[in-house]
Amino acid sequence: METLAFQGVVGLSMAMYLWLISAGLTIIFGVLGVINFAHGSLFMLGAYLAFTFYGLLGWNFWLAIILSLAGTAVVGWVMERFFLRYLYGVDEAYQLLLTFGFILILDDAVKMIWGGVFRIPDIPAFLEGHWSVFGRPFPVYNAFIIAAGIVVGIVLWLGFERTWWGRTVRATASDREMANAIGVNVPRVFSGVFMLGAMLAALGGALGTPVRVVSPGLGAAMIIQAFVITVIGGLGNLKGAFVGSLIVGVLSAYGTLLFPVFELALIYLIMAVVLLVRPQGLFAR
Amino acid sequence: MGEGPVASPGRRRIVTPGRSAIGGLVLALLLLPLVGGQYAQYVAIQVLILSLFALGFNILFGYTGLLSFGQAGFYAVGAYGCAKLLLLTPSLLFGVVGGTLLAGAAALVLGVLCIRHTRIYFSMLTLAFGMMIFSMALKWRDFTGGDDGLVGIPRAPLEIPGLVSVSMASMGRYYYFVLAVSLVAIAIAYRLVHSPLGLTFQGIRDSEGRMAFTGVSVRTYRLIAFVIAGLYAGLAGALLPALENTVTPPVAHWTTSADPVLATLLGGIQAFAGPIVGAFLYFMIKDVIVRFTEYWLIWLGIIVVVLVMGFRGGVVSLATARWRVHRPGREGA
Amino acid sequence: MTEYLLETKGLRKTFGRLAAVAGVSLGLTEGTLAAVIGPNGAGKTTLINLLTGLLTPDTGTVRFKGEDITRVPSHGRVRRGLSRSFQIMNIFPNLTVRQNLLLPALSRRGRNLHAVARLEDETGANAEAEELLREIGLWDHRGARAGALSHGDQRLLELGIAVGTRPKLCFLDEPCAGMNPIERQTVLGLMRKLSGQRRTTFVIVEHDMDVVFSLAERIVVMNHGEVLADGTPAEIRENRVVRETYLGAEV
Repeated sequence: METLAFQGVVGLSMAMYLWLISAGLTIIFGVLGVINFAHGSLFMLGAYLAFTFYGLLGWNFWLAIILSLAGTAVVGWVMERFFLRYLYGVDEAYQLLLTFGFILILDDAVKMIWGGVFRIPDIPAFLEGHWSVFGRPFPVYNAFIIAAGIVVGIVLWLGFERTWWGRTVRATASDREMANAIGVNVPRVFSGVFMLGAMLAALGGALGTPVRVVSPGLGAAMIIQAFVITVIGGLGNLKGAFVGSLIVGVLSAYGTLLFPVFELALIYLIMAVVLLVRPQGLFAR
Repeated sequence: MGEGPVASPGRRRIVTPGRSAIGGLVLALLLLPLVGGQYAQYVAIQVLILSLFALGFNILFGYTGLLSFGQAGFYAVGAYGCAKLLLLTPSLLFGVVGGTLLAGAAALVLGVLCIRHTRIYFSMLTLAFGMMIFSMALKWRDFTGGDDGLVGIPRAPLEIPGLVSVSMASMGRYYYFVLAVSLVAIAIAYRLVHSPLGLTFQGIRDSEGRMAFTGVSVRTYRLIAFVIAGLYAGLAGALLPALENTVTPPVAHWTTSADPVLATLLGGIQAFAGPIVGAFLYFMIKDVIVRFTEYWLIWLGIIVVVLVMGFRGGVVSLATARWRVHRPGREGA
Repeated sequence: MTEYLLETKGLRKTFGRLAAVAGVSLGLTEGTLAAVIGPNGAGKTTLINLLTGLLTPDTGTVRFKGEDITRVPSHGRVRRGLSRSFQIMNIFPNLTVRQNLLLPALSRRGRNLHAVARLEDETGANAEAEELLREIGLWDHRGARAGALSHGDQRLLELGIAVGTRPKLCFLDEPCAGMNPIERQTVLGLMRKLSGQRRTTFVIVEHDMDVVFSLAERIVVMNHGEVLADGTPAEIRENRVVRETYLGAEV
């Protein structure tokens, strides 16, 4: 029982990393109409950067996170501004091929710069320890992750629904030409959205550094799970991404416990069932 | 663009420079063991294997319009399947045919799920299911040997019970076996893409809606293309165990799925021969790069990006574009 | 009761809160060239999409030659003798013009699965495609890439593909849109010829009232997803409701 409850907590925090990466994936797809196959690699890049600043250089935890977001955003900007932008007019297969090429580049670049696997740095002091919830220990860091995921969700929702910027982005998403006609700088919106998506992924990676090992295979593992989430929740919709993340995160946590050999098989099984029963995803319009 | 798979079905046989070039190439391949040593034969086998792998990928991508990032899954099913069979009974033909069919069966099962979607979704699904096979190769230790893979796979003799049994112990023999299998498989693929089925695939690539309104169940044909690509990937994979004597999980990894993608992009998706030419170029480039650095994938990625940004037609289309200039009026046979 | 070629009962399709087709019951008679007209957003194209299987209705049935085909997918309807063209042009742009017309001919013969036959050995299908090439006046362009044709020629080609399946009933969504007078004559001539020779029944959706009134033997007027009026051109011309709500001062 203890273990089951603890595993639920682990699953929820896993769900939050997944939520951050799939939110980025979803927002980029919603506005640009492109699925960034290299999004897992941006997650990994965020993790490596945060690890470098916080774990290796011993800088302030918050500063490390901010720097990692900034660094990943710059990489995202380069990807969009100098490459993807020239492919909006051609068959979307080439956009996919381009981002697929970026996975190869980023994954190997990470290996070149950082080498193999590292030790995990300590959890920052103020997030260490356990709370007691119903008489059971509840790690503060996990609570922090869960809170961070929820806060990001709320900020995104408010940002898209309540701000001028959000309206501009939504207008661009629903009709590029019209947005352009009413004076929206569409290329700038595209760059901005891609950077936002990249930062969300990086945030997921950065938040995980004190509790998870970063390794060069992280990017591929994350993008696969993000895809599974997207298939379950429905492409291009944030609510689906959130619920899908919860399902995949919690189930794979229990999967690890119950069927250690085929932990991943469980989520593939769910994906297959969704594909057969509701191919457009649970939350598609 | 687009002239490649689009052969004009005119009655007149056009004798193209292609025919003599192909003849010369086959002759050169036949003579290779006389000139080149073990290593040359080994690399040539690798090129042939990748050619088949990429050819199948391009039937799916270039001809049917479905971009799969998970072909390594079926390649691995072919490789592991063949390896298991070879460990069971030392018969090369049994292993290769068995591995290929297993991969086809896997493509049929996963294909039913993947072809429910097209375009972006399809690509995502293939990558995900490909990685599912990778994690199986890694974690189903009892069957796959986990990290260590399957070892000690014999290069079994080519045996047709009661008829012949040819030893495959020397690299040269195995090279001729792979060459023969490849030529047959390439000829079949050529015939296929120039058949009604091939035209149907191209129709689906160009317009699914219009294709459905010629009375064709688009989904069924997408599945057929997927299974064909799976069979080719499986055949390519099944030729591997007897060459390497071992099969390890990286054959199933998504980076292996990048191989046929790159070979096809290099050679050109618009031409039948594109993936084959691309497979050759791929090994030439790789051979040069690995001399300088162990980080081969970053270069692979850079080449993909450069090709996508600037040379979407690949090498073969550059060559044929040239050739067309000298031969005006060929269209409309 | 008359035996209709195609008959719908209470056909309804809503998108969100909008009823694009709001309960249409209609019978189409074999051999009668009908036209569906109505203002933009009247539900004409949605209706055609429901009849050809591109959309499934929320309620209601579609019967073709007496058989309930409400749940039959598009390709199944084509095999039963129902065909169409699209409002937004839909051809195979990277194939040659000849290959475009070869596809329906192969499909009609059930040859799509043949993986070892050479295309040039498909004599029946080739002959049929060539005949069609001449009929739509694209013989000289047979080797060209379809996507490289002029707009009017592409529309003609699409018409060729639609009738290439030899349908009993063929829906044409704005077949003459963006065509010059000569191309228009080719289209009208082909329709007349096929309805005579092969007894193909055509149903057109058209905005050009000259085309409609010169060609159609029956006119169905739609508005707000409903059939406003249904009758001969003369009857429609006289219909007060139609004149008020749709034709206005035009007639």
